[in-house]
Amino acid sequence: MRSDVSQFDLTAPETLDAVLTQLAAEPGKHTPIAGGTELMVALGIGRLAQRSLISIQHLAELRFIRVEGDAIHIGAGTTFTDIRRSVDIARDLPLLIQSASWTGSVANQNRGTLGGNICNASPAADTPPALLAYGATITLVSTTGRRTLPYADFHLGYKRTALRPDELVHTITLPRTFADYRHYIRKVGTRNAQAISKVALAAVAKMDGDIITDIRLGAASLADRPTRCTAAEVVLISQPINEDTIRAARAALASEAKPIDDIRSTAKYRAAVAENLLEEFLRSLL
Amino acid sequence: MSHQSPIIGTSPIRKEGRAKVLGEAQYIDDLSLPGMWFGATVRSAVARGTIRSITFGEEINWDAYCIVRPADIPGENTIVHLTKDHPCLADGMVNHPEEPILLIAHPDKIALLAALKAVHIEYDELPGVFTIEESEAAVENNDAARIIWPGSDAGGTANCFRQYLMYSGTAEETEDGIAAAFEAADFIIEGEYATGAQEQLYIENNGVIAECFRDATGNIESVCVRGSMQCPYYLVHALTLVFNLPEEKCRVIQTETGGAFGGKEDFPSVIGSHAALLAMKCGHPVKITYDRAEDMAATTKRHPSRTRHRTAVSKDGKLLAGTIDFAIDGGAYATLSPVVLSRGTIHAPGPYKWPFIRVRGKAMATNLPPHGAFRGFGAPQSIFGIERHMDKIAKTIGLTPEELRRRNFLTTGDTTATGQLLSDPVDMQHMLTRALNEAGYHEKLARFAESNKGSAIKRGVGFAAFMHGAGFTGSGEARLNSVVYLDALPDGRAQILVSSTEFGQGTQTILCQVGAQALGIAYEDVIFHQPDTKFVPNSGPTVASRTAMIVGKLIERAGKKMLETLRAAGLSEHHSSDEFKACVKSYLAEHGTLRSSVRYEPPTKIFWDDQLYRGDAYPGYAWAVYVAEVAVDLNTYMATVTRFDALQEVGKVIHPVLAKGQIEGGVAQGIGYAIYEKCMWKDGRMMNNQMTNYIMPTSADLPPIHIHFEEVPCIHGPEGAKGIGELPMDGPAPAILNAIENATGIAFNTIPVLPEDIFERLTSLGHPHGGSEDFNLTVDRDTRVEEVTA
Repeated sequence: MRSDVSQFDLTAPETLDAVLTQLAAEPGKHTPIAGGTELMVALGIGRLAQRSLISIQHLAELRFIRVEGDAIHIGAGTTFTDIRRSVDIARDLPLLIQSASWTGSVANQNRGTLGGNICNASPAADTPPALLAYGATITLVSTTGRRTLPYADFHLGYKRTALRPDELVHTITLPRTFADYRHYIRKVGTRNAQAISKVALAAVAKMDGDIITDIRLGAASLADRPTRCTAAEVVLISQPINEDTIRAARAALASEAKPIDDIRSTAKYRAAVAENLLEEFLRSLL
Repeated sequence: MSHQSPIIGTSPIRKEGRAKVLGEAQYIDDLSLPGMWFGATVRSAVARGTIRSITFGEEINWDAYCIVRPADIPGENTIVHLTKDHPCLADGMVNHPEEPILLIAHPDKIALLAALKAVHIEYDELPGVFTIEESEAAVENNDAARIIWPGSDAGGTANCFRQYLMYSGTAEETEDGIAAAFEAADFIIEGEYATGAQEQLYIENNGVIAECFRDATGNIESVCVRGSMQCPYYLVHALTLVFNLPEEKCRVIQTETGGAFGGKEDFPSVIGSHAALLAMKCGHPVKITYDRAEDMAATTKRHPSRTRHRTAVSKDGKLLAGTIDFAIDGGAYATLSPVVLSRGTIHAPGPYKWPFIRVRGKAMATNLPPHGAFRGFGAPQSIFGIERHMDKIAKTIGLTPEELRRRNFLTTGDTTATGQLLSDPVDMQHMLTRALNEAGYHEKLARFAESNKGSAIKRGVGFAAFMHGAGFTGSGEARLNSVVYLDALPDGRAQILVSSTEFGQGTQTILCQVGAQALGIAYEDVIFHQPDTKFVPNSGPTVASRTAMIVGKLIERAGKKMLETLRAAGLSEHHSSDEFKACVKSYLAEHGTLRSSVRYEPPTKIFWDDQLYRGDAYPGYAWAVYVAEVAVDLNTYMATVTRFDALQEVGKVIHPVLAKGQIEGGVAQGIGYAIYEKCMWKDGRMMNNQMTNYIMPTSADLPPIHIHFEEVPCIHGPEGAKGIGELPMDGPAPAILNAIENATGIAFNTIPVLPEDIFERLTSLGHPHGGSEDFNLTVDRDTRVEEVTA
């Protein structure tokens, strides 16, 4: 332990309203903590800059999976284990189940939450590619009300999000409209378990014969934030799958990918593997 | 003999297993002594330089802390190994990052954090060398600024801790033979092979608690250190110099140890001396435990290596002559590098007949933290070289890897490269046949050649053949002069007293099995005394695959000796455990004690010439063939081991479950060494000193590992057992890389091979880019938060 815990404050207001009130009273002073699977690692290694934490782990209001009509609403406090055990998510959103299974260890999955995974905003996080491919929307709450925005607009830059200091993520909403879509997701990590992504790609596509009528691609570790690969999507939509299409899609993905060299991999490797994964998906559609 | 059915060869429950399973085992961080303080280490921030100033920040009340400086050391400022170049605390000059400079203690562990941050050290930095090549270049260019180690009176020269020159005969005759063979050879094949550092990654980090006792006049009377370690008497030796005390005043107690792999062979001498110095100065017991990041950054790792082969071969695949140049990176101080180099040098020729061979070995100095012992101890490095090179030779001359080896294997009655006569039966032909059959090698070769066509998954098989010497090299066991005690206890049980330690591998269990079998009593009636130098004799260090064979043999002899005494006292020939106990009780009633003390004597004559590096290099060898099956995914460039077969001839399997566990664990470590674990250095500092970015394979990355044993008893071990502790580390890396070459057609000769390296080779067309050497070690956008511009 490289931190002196006596130098940190932790409060646990009983209700969501009480949390929001405290966040609003002193904007930016407090950091919400749910499962703590990111913040406690930083604390252990002596790198946790935030000194005042507000626990939201116990808030039942944020922990739910609800099917309503054409959508599934997932509370921000829903754990990876909750997601993995949900029959509804397994049926409608298999990519989310798969990505939740990748994260850390079983112990991490029992504590870590979907909201935390998003707000930590690592470009390598496991669930964002699936959320991007499914076209999720995200609902934020504060004492002044709630607002909903496309999840694709949530990440503004490296570890920067649209979340205001007085806000919490409340709900992630995903459409249940992918029954006739083809699904693909693959994580290329440093190893097969307990690994951080070098690159990951999630994809859904709707086919009419050999023509792609709809396609959405979400990627991790291809830029400074989780990204939707719109350039590749544009060249693929309404196209038949053939060698030319595949070549064009690879080029488009290369044009929009902005990977980096870091301690886990190289930019060139990441870009090449992302193209390979896209090609693997496209060929699987034939 | 007794009624007892054999215990050796069965798998009784581990002696210490129950306490571990129930969580009752007490590791060093579970222990506390009254009034105990906590210690921490102020370490160097630079790789090499002189210390200009040390200042203590005013925000700290330093009166509440104890600070140890080099001047406080009552004896010599050295951590003794083979020479005394390694200071206990850097005095004026630092030679590697994380080098200990000061020690601090405080009653409250958390109070150390702020104090460590408040010590400000200024350096005048000096240029460092960080690779074998840079260290060599400094010598070649007479670059005085980069001569980082001056030489020693123990055989070292500038930047070089030790060199060996090993010939298969006399120097002159061998050089002539080599020259003639290279002249006449059909093929001359050259190759260079390199291996990286590897972290032991024991589960329990290094940790100790030390006490210092003073007499009535305030003089230091004795010190006592307990902790996680392999070799209590190594630490005793280190303490005698640091404190200028006789051996009997330096007591060392091994506590439950959560893994070691060599990483707790020499290093406890450092942390143990540090804690004892703090205890001396503050007047309280002091505990030092490292966290994972400190342990990984500051303690020893496996030596990186480079092996250069040049081989003369006839067109029918006979090795005619060879030269091998083997170099290891020792880090900043000599520590155990000369001995690691020795084992690597002797194992470099592999299990083959060489009419003429010359092996040169050298250990170079660099400004990295000193490299140290790690399972295999030099052998995995040089065996990687020879077993990759054999595949290269086979490919070049157009033989299969199997056929080339068959034409050159050592066999019974041959002499090894050091001139050792193999008098025990050796049958590598049979070993190879069996291993390839167990693995389905030939069927897979054919099947993969077909299925790889048009597939994005390229599969391949490869193997490595090798031998591993058990026990200390050459005259080492005679020099160690090990002693064991076997005591009969008042309740009629027997107790083993040795300094050999349990650290997860099964020492207690197998030695008790040997004792029980020798005494003809039940396994439960033999117990193991905690290794505490106040009570146990020096049975040598727990290293070098020597415990089962050498110490086991001593226990066997001690048991037989005790039995003779008891027979003379009336114990019947076919005694039961109860009769044994009754006889012990009546013997003790009459004589008070019964201790059987046995000292090492070689069962056969062992000849070794340290000057010429010739003779009987090891008491016994274990022989092995390992077969790896891999899949390389061309979409991700990841290589995965999909099946592993490990066949070894080990003399006698003492405990089948533990033996299998040893092999499985070693193979897993070897897979990590080959394709996952990369120590990433920047100016001598390890940058990935966390479990999240030092990539050790998990169970999800490991294949089914099939383990097969053969038994040819060896006179040097109990019931014929030889050592197996290090053996499984030798074979996986070359077998896996041979399999990757079979799968992809690409020869990789440097480990670890990461996916980025496969990517680079598959896509670069000779222009390297994007391989693992291009990682940016200062950027980690997931587990570290960086400022990002633009």
